[in-house]
Amino acid sequence: MYPQDLKYTKDHEWVRISGTEARVGITDYAQKQLGDVVYLELPEVGRQLSKGDVFGTIESVKAVSELYAPVSGEVTEVNRALGEKPEAVNSKPHESWMIVMRVSGNGEHDELLDATQYAELTKS
Amino acid sequence: MPVEYSGIVDEHHAVRSRAGLFDVSHMGEIEIAGRDALKAVQHITTNDAARLSVGQVQYSALPTPNGTFVDDVLTYRLADEHFMLVVNASNIMKDFAWINSSIAGLGDAVAVNTSSRYALLALQGPAARDVLQTLTGINLSEIKYYWFTTGEVAGVRVTVSRTGYTGEDGYEVFVPPASAERVWDAILTAGKAAGVIPAGLGARDTLRLEAAMRLYGNDMDETTTVLEADLGWIVGWKKDEFIGADVLRRQKQEGVRRKIAGFEVLDRAIARHGYDVYVAGEKAGVVTSGTQTPHLKKAIGMAYLPIEAATPGTEFEIDVRGRRVKARVVPMPFYKRGQ
Repeated sequence: MYPQDLKYTKDHEWVRISGTEARVGITDYAQKQLGDVVYLELPEVGRQLSKGDVFGTIESVKAVSELYAPVSGEVTEVNRALGEKPEAVNSKPHESWMIVMRVSGNGEHDELLDATQYAELTKS
Repeated sequence: MPVEYSGIVDEHHAVRSRAGLFDVSHMGEIEIAGRDALKAVQHITTNDAARLSVGQVQYSALPTPNGTFVDDVLTYRLADEHFMLVVNASNIMKDFAWINSSIAGLGDAVAVNTSSRYALLALQGPAARDVLQTLTGINLSEIKYYWFTTGEVAGVRVTVSRTGYTGEDGYEVFVPPASAERVWDAILTAGKAAGVIPAGLGARDTLRLEAAMRLYGNDMDETTTVLEADLGWIVGWKKDEFIGADVLRRQKQEGVRRKIAGFEVLDRAIARHGYDVYVAGEKAGVVTSGTQTPHLKKAIGMAYLPIEAATPGTEFEIDVRGRRVKARVVPMPFYKRGQ
């Protein structure tokens, strides 16, 4: 159920790595925990993030949750369109990217989980 | 009662457009009976229970001597000298102890905590009547708003009350706990074609907030008076005497210094329970309830504001996790059915 071509974090973000570019969203598991997403607060382009930094906030009707940078780097793109239609995070979580980062850290994404490991982590 | 079944937004829309079924069995029931039961109820509640006919319900408060809330309650007149108070789940033991100590010495009246005798199912929404009618010989259209009757639903002896906590038309059904599952299943089966779905605590909260119904523990408690909660209409001003009457009468005469107000967030943000409120740059209170409403698609809420700022149109600020966002006082309720 979790796409094989994505990497995952223990904070329930997914990352699509291509070269030095990392595209980031939250997983199906995360959106199910949150419930109906109604609001997204995303950073500005150019923001420098270290792995684990809060890069934004996601709110559902019932809760507020922070978004964590899965790797270190600079924010190069922000999905403002998603901010206008945040409910897409519920319907298509693995297509609803939030930011793109230019990865600066070395080998950090070796620590990311693959689909099998992530599925194991979220097994209840 | 779970927070959600199919999702808060889905359940919220179902109640506004069709109907939703809530299991609110956690609510408490305290009955007061005896030759002086009316006198006792008049003493411990703010509203005028003498105005209730048998079969009628009223919203009321259990006041402290300071005119603040021990709890908010629904008062049912079961018989001339037999009343039932429906109280908040978290307050059952507190209320029961308070009532017992408050009615001691008032004559022939005894309070019994009957919470374990009732499960409570709430069917709420425009389709509620037609769905429930298929399961009962009671003519539901004859039950007026805030009245109740007894009869059978799905073959189970129940009390049906035309009340609710959603801003929609609907019914609350008091059921013996052993038969609750049977009635629950029967309502969902009967309502399937009409799109009735189970609804949870999350939708209950967004629905009641749109309807501007206060929630004990959020919007009022032992630190806020009945008048500050803008609930002067549940005070029987013509009654002789009740707990807290002096304070409330004085406050009515002198005016309150702060009052609960409804607001809309103007910036893109959601103001939630506990967030600080600033008026003209000064911290002036807290948000007591706040959410993004599924039906109105706006961030709304309630907060206590200084009286001069509590009028519709006034703008103020709310601290949303370190960011000051703009909000505006609006009239309540936020949602009224049929509009």
